[in-house]
Formats: sequence, structure tokens, C-alpha cells
Amino acid sequence: MPEVSQVVRVVNVTKSFKLGKIEVQALKGVDLEIARGDYLSIMGPSGSGKSTLFNMIGGLDKPTSGKVFIDEVDIAQLDAYELAWLRCRKIGYIFQTFNIIQVMTALENVTLPMIFAGMNSEAAVQKGMMLLEQVGLADRHSHKPFELSGGQQQRVAIARALANDPAIILADEPTGNLDLNTGEEVIALLKRLSQERRVTVISATHDFKMLNVSDRVVWIRDGRVDKIENREELSISIGRIGVRG
Amino acid sequence: MQVRIFSDTLENSAREHRLVVLPFSKSVEIAYKSIRVRFFRALITTLSLVLAVSFLSFVDVSNDVANGMLASGKPGLRQDLIRSGYDLNPQDTNVASNPKQRWIIILSLLVCVVGIVNAQLMAVTERFREIGTMKCLGALDRFILRLFILEAGMQGLAGAAVGALIGTLFALAGGLARFGLAAVQLVAVADVAASLAGATAIGLLLSLLGVLYPAWVAARMQPVEAMRVEQ
Repeated sequence: MPEVSQVVRVVNVTKSFKLGKIEVQALKGVDLEIARGDYLSIMGPSGSGKSTLFNMIGGLDKPTSGKVFIDEVDIAQLDAYELAWLRCRKIGYIFQTFNIIQVMTALENVTLPMIFAGMNSEAAVQKGMMLLEQVGLADRHSHKPFELSGGQQQRVAIARALANDPAIILADEPTGNLDLNTGEEVIALLKRLSQERRVTVISATHDFKMLNVSDRVVWIRDGRVDKIENREELSISIGRIGVRG
Repeated sequence: MQVRIFSDTLENSAREHRLVVLPFSKSVEIAYKSIRVRFFRALITTLSLVLAVSFLSFVDVSNDVANGMLASGKPGLRQDLIRSGYDLNPQDTNVASNPKQRWIIILSLLVCVVGIVNAQLMAVTERFREIGTMKCLGALDRFILRLFILEAGMQGLAGAAVGALIGTLFALAGGLARFGLAAVQLVAVADVAASLAGATAIGLLLSLLGVLYPAWVAARMQPVEAMRVEQ
């Protein structure tokens, strides 16, 4: 397979919703390229179109106009089966509320995407155990979600997101429901795994700890990309924000 | 090294048919576990079915008992039946459920289906996040549909079987109390078995009927719902 350097390309994307009779334009023409292996954060106040853009990159929503390419595939062209396949194989999701499936053990949660992908049970269990080991929860594989702390649940979610070796991990406020220390641990884990496995991590976040490890930060404001900052420039502007706030 | 082999085979098989799968045995396993974990919830959903089906089988088996007594041809038993309220003309050779009885049964089954729809819709709402998450992991609409129908099928079968058994036992006990040992001795086992099986089958059917709309609602849910934070 030829190496594609851009894993996500967003080309002139707009998105409008109908709220009652009023048409609201959430995105007003966004262009964005995300390189493979990047650790990228999307920042923006609520209502800025951040979540809309984020969902679009995750194949959860389709643009009104413009194109979104994930791994050079135009998601608007995909039917329901192909979209499901894309979610299963190319994208790993991490949620603010962890969303571990309550009725399944940690290991079953991790193996579920592999079963969807057509892997046989034995291989899935073996790889699931390996992934749980990597997130430091091998001894907890048979625990149900309610027996795990928030940080542990989020680590199970990370292992689950990595199950099918996705190209992208999409993390929606992954530290939003965690305390400071656990949040830091989760961020460090995400960063380490993304480097080891060369996975692109895209997160929507308000957490400055998250920005510190990001390669790039995309600021969204009023439906447009306000600015894109690399890490070097970042510490300065965060400092400024800190002063302002 | 081993992991590499896995992902290679995965890559190959996926390139061939780019399709997500959920083997049937795995669906059954997930549905079964889901019921077991939420046992109390499942119990409440099934309770109305148990009651309605036990009523149905009670009426059926009561008639079987009366028919068994009539078929014996003993005039004393015929008098007993008439005295206990059966409308029997001299030429009648069997007891069929009368229209009033049938109406009450149909009504009770109808109420039961409405109850099931209600309970299942609530279950779907409770599980929105779980369904959304599964869809984010790649589940197709039909996986969700299948899981809900399987769950309802298992609940329905168990609930209907228990209900039918309860109804049968009560009908036999009632016959015993009203007509003495003869009632239970004369009843045709095949008739009772048929009533039992019939009631169970109807119960299962009702359970499946009741889950169709809720399962459809669940299956059509958008994966982005899993992202929603409500607090």
C-alpha cells in the first residue's frame, strides 16, 4: 500500500442545519489537512462548529457542500455498509463519557470491534489481552465497567479504539470526566500509543494538558478555521490566554 | 510477530469484501448476556406476557378438562359440568370457548402487547448510548435489530413457557377442586400438551410483535448519539 501522507483532508466544507424555520450555518467553508501520525487538537468555544467538524472527520456526519476525505476516501460517496466498515476499521472512537458497553467485560468490549471486523474469537481474545496489557489493565480483563474507575474505563476505551489498528483515533473531550491526575495519565497513554503505532489522534478538547502534547492545534471560530498553530508557537499563546483568562 | 500475521489476514479478507459482520452465535451470546445482566428489567418486561399467556392457557386447559369429562360419556359428569356453569345442550359433545371468553382473551393479549411495546421502548431509550457506541464500533442497523429481536425472542419464549405452565397447573388444580379426581384422570394429555404449546407459541409471537417497532427505532439511531453528553 502506498504511504499516504494526508490521512484526513477537509476541502471547503460547509454544513447547515435547519433549526425550526431558521437555517443555521455551522461551518462556513473549512479547509484542513491532517498528516498521518499527527496529534491534533481542535479547540473552539461551544457553538463554533467544532463538534460539527469533529463529527464530519469521524464519518458521523456528511457535509452540505465540500468534501471530506478519510484515507483518500470521500465519505459522501459511501453507503451505509461502507460507512460502518470505515467506522469499524479506520476510526477508533474515544468518548467523554467512556461509553464502555455496560453488559460486557473489559475484554469483551475490546474484542467487539474485532469481531465486527471478521476476526475469529480466539485471535480477537489474544489481541484484546495484548491491548489491555498495553494500557495496563491485563489483570482487569474480566471486570465489568461498574467495577472499574473512570480512568480505567477510559483506558479500556483506548484499547477498544485501537482494536482494529485504525488510521485515526477520534477523541471527544477524553479527559472531560476525569480528575487532573487521571486525565494526565490518559493523555500520556494516548500520546505514547499514538507514537508507537503511528496513529493519528484528533481530539476536541478544552483541556490545556491536552494541548501541551499536541503537534498542532486548530482553533475554530464562528464556523471557520481561525488559526492553526504548531506546538512551538503554542506555549506562548497558551501563556497569553492564561493571562487573559 | 503474531500480531502482524493477524493484521495481514485481516487486511486481506477485508479488502475482498469490506463488510462488517456479527456471527449469529455471537449475537445470541450478546443477547443472552444482556438479558442476564438486566435480569430484573427483563422480568418486568416479561411479566405482563406471563400473566396474559397463563390466562390463555388456563382457559384452554379448562376446556380440555371439560372435554375430557364429556368424552367419557358419564352422565353424572355432564351434570356436574352444567351445574358449574357450562352451557351444554343435550346434543353437544364438546366444549368450545364461547365468544365472550374469546373476547376477553384477545383483549388481554392486546393489553399485553401494548405493555411490551411500552417497556421495550423504554429499554431502547435507556440503551441509546450503548447502541450509539456499537454503531461507532461499526455495527450495522441490522445487528442492532437482530440483537433486540433475539432478546425479545428469548424473553418471550421463557415468559410464555412459564405463563403457559402456570395457567395449565391452575386449570388442572381448578378441575380437581370442582369435579374431583375424575377431571384430571379423564383429560386427554395430548389436548393439554397442544394447549400448552399453542399458548407458548402465541406468547412468543406477541413478544416478537411487541419488539418490532422499538427495535426499529433502536436500529435507526445515529451513531453520533453516543457522543452526546447529558447531565
